[in-house]
Amino acid sequence: MSELLRVEHLKKYFDTPRGLLHAVDDVSFSIERGETLGVVGESGCGKSTLGRCIVHLLEPTGGKIFFKDEDITNIRGERLKESRKSMQMIFQDPFSSLNPRMTVKSIIMEPMIIHKLHQGNEAAQEKAVLEIMETVGLAKRLIDSYPHELDGGRRQRIGIARALALEPEFIVCDEPVSALDVSIQAQILNLMRDLQEERNLTYIFITHDLSVVKHISDRICVMYLGNIVEQCPADKLFASQFHPYTQALLSAIPIAKINAKRERIILKGEITSPIDPEPGCRFAARCLYTKPECLEVQPDLKEVEDGHLVACHLY
Amino acid sequence: MDNVIEIKDLSIQYATDEGIVKAVNHLNLQLARGETLGLVGETGAGKTTTALGIMGLIPDPPGVITGGEILFEGTDLLKLSKQRLRAIRGNKISMIFQDPMTSLNPVVTVGDQIAESIRIHEKLSRAEAALKAKDMLELVGIPGDRYGEYPHQFSGGMKQRVIIAIALSCNPEVILADEPTTALDVTIQAQVLDLISKLKKEKNTSMILITHDLGVVVEICDKVAIMYAGEIVEYGSLEQIYDQTAHPYTKGLFGSIPDIEAKTSRLKPIPGLMPDPSNLPEGCSFEPRCERSCQLCKEENPPLIEIGNGHFVKCHNYGKVGEGEDV
Ligand SMILES: Nc1ncnc2c1ncn2[C@@H]1O[C@H](COP(=O)(O)OP(=O)(O)OP(=O)(O)O)[C@@H](O)[C@H]1O
Ligand SMILES: Nc1ncnc2c1ncn2[C@@H]1O[C@H](COP(=O)(O)OP(=O)(O)OP(=O)(O)O)[C@@H](O)[C@H]1O
Ligand SMILES: [Mg+2]
Ligand SMILES: [Mg+2]
Repeated sequence: MSELLRVEHLKKYFDTPRGLLHAVDDVSFSIERGETLGVVGESGCGKSTLGRCIVHLLEPTGGKIFFKDEDITNIRGERLKESRKSMQMIFQDPFSSLNPRMTVKSIIMEPMIIHKLHQGNEAAQEKAVLEIMETVGLAKRLIDSYPHELDGGRRQRIGIARALALEPEFIVCDEPVSALDVSIQAQILNLMRDLQEERNLTYIFITHDLSVVKHISDRICVMYLGNIVEQCPADKLFASQFHPYTQALLSAIPIAKINAKRERIILKGEITSPIDPEPGCRFAARCLYTKPECLEVQPDLKEVEDGHLVACHLY
Repeated sequence: MDNVIEIKDLSIQYATDEGIVKAVNHLNLQLARGETLGLVGETGAGKTTTALGIMGLIPDPPGVITGGEILFEGTDLLKLSKQRLRAIRGNKISMIFQDPMTSLNPVVTVGDQIAESIRIHEKLSRAEAALKAKDMLELVGIPGDRYGEYPHQFSGGMKQRVIIAIALSCNPEVILADEPTTALDVTIQAQVLDLISKLKKEKNTSMILITHDLGVVVEICDKVAIMYAGEIVEYGSLEQIYDQTAHPYTKGLFGSIPDIEAKTSRLKPIPGLMPDPSNLPEGCSFEPRCERSCQLCKEENPPLIEIGNGHFVKCHNYGKVGEGEDV
């Protein structure tokens, strides 16, 4: 396997009336080709911001992004357009991420037109659209429908079709199934897995749903308020977690089985503000093991076991 | 058995431009005193409509209750005057609504909102109500000295706890909780579920918990009703629903959830979609998606039958041997 994407010390701060909001704060990781990296964490921890920085929808405040060993952090113009072809994004909300005035056909065709694929040859473009629709399981007869005429599952299939239109190598999937019912969610997850195998796609899969992230990922990053607090292979994370936040998070997942009840760790305290954060560990206010050191020094992400990284002063 | 709520043959429809939406169809359901019933189903199954029916809050138009009875402690709520219904709704049955963030008033302090709700149901002075509201805040784990803060100063989980405090403030006998934790993060959800079960136990309140999450149901429910296209397709105890699953739809729901304890490479989704409630199939409403469908299923809507001690299923094929397994 070879490395496809690498992120080094990535930061994204937002200027807000109340101060500087540290949405993504010094995040580093790399992804191999064909791999799925799951990014999991609770609302507001910076998952979408991270994904948007990587596909150039947001400009990072600091840090570097490498794609196939090329520094793409500050590319512009033609080079950026070129890179957009190989990196795509699928959005969380299939209801608002599709233009309501465009038909299924024009939504899927739009990226082809922008990138001059099958230029001027409308028959070829339409054929390509139909092929992609078939790949993602959308019936031909829907080609002239509008998104609002379709249910959530089909709308998300359009989002996936649009992302596939340029045959990308890498896709950031931002909560692609969170708005869907479980029976439809399962259909989409199977589809994404099949596409990955057929096309050797590489995914960053963002979600707050731990059973989904375990199902789809090879490796998982756990984020908390802009930081990665734990990173390791998917099965390993569920077997043994090191970070107190990850432990609480996993113990809190409701499992649809009788007698699956584990010792629940109920956290106390409220989430720290991401605006001008104090020095020290971001989780200290809710942590069961806070020591004086935790309030002063922010812990680095370090390898505590083979391939298992944790940012916590306990280790 | 002491049933606080008994719903018999309830049907509710909405008249829309696209036609008549049959949201709830001949629904039967009981809630025993002190019991928590999980009402589970996917989007559009009719869960909220059922709860609004019990509350007497179906928007009319377009909604109409076209038949059935809703008995509360033996009295049919559908036959009561508006005034008496309002009294029951305030004091005896209270509802936690699906979109919590919109049910708080942004310009009134959280404490005053709880106090106001107390004063609607109890003759107390302002000062007395404020004191009681402070107690309620502490009961849901929020320091009493935050009484004077506004909703926007609270996190999502704290706002949800305020809403629970308001629902509990009149000591209801029945709580209808419509997806009370769906919008919350799991660690906060765990806090809120913990709180709900503790309060329920203390006061022996009965509850209908509406959710689409079978994981949440296991945490706090005694009984489970699985709803599909406006009907109950399976009903039983936790053990019956989870370990002796009988209806193909319920089985499909379990097969769709990624198993966190095992590595499965493929999920087993239910093919297709829920039927359009303005155009329901003639026979069984699950038939178009069902692997076991037969001619009878297309022609005749199966009745809900008891297959074991309090375990009900609505399926023609139950007990018939199929390829490999029993339905
Ligand atoms: N354009 C913006 N301006 C100011 N703050 C922003 C902006 N976008 C995001 N934020 C803030 O950055 C933080 C991270 O937001 P982000 O949307 O990345 O979180 P998330 O992990 O995707 O959350 P969710 O699970 O709710 O989607 C939040 O505190 C958010 O309020
Ligand atoms: N005010 C209304 N006017 C017209 N149709 C309605 C109205 N309210 C609900 N419906 C329809 O009735 C059916 C049942 O809706 P209901 O809100 O009860 O479902 P639900 O099970 O609560 O779904 P969800 O999980 O999405 O909350 C749906 O088809 C819905 O579109
Ligand atoms: Mg997001
Ligand atoms: Mg609802």
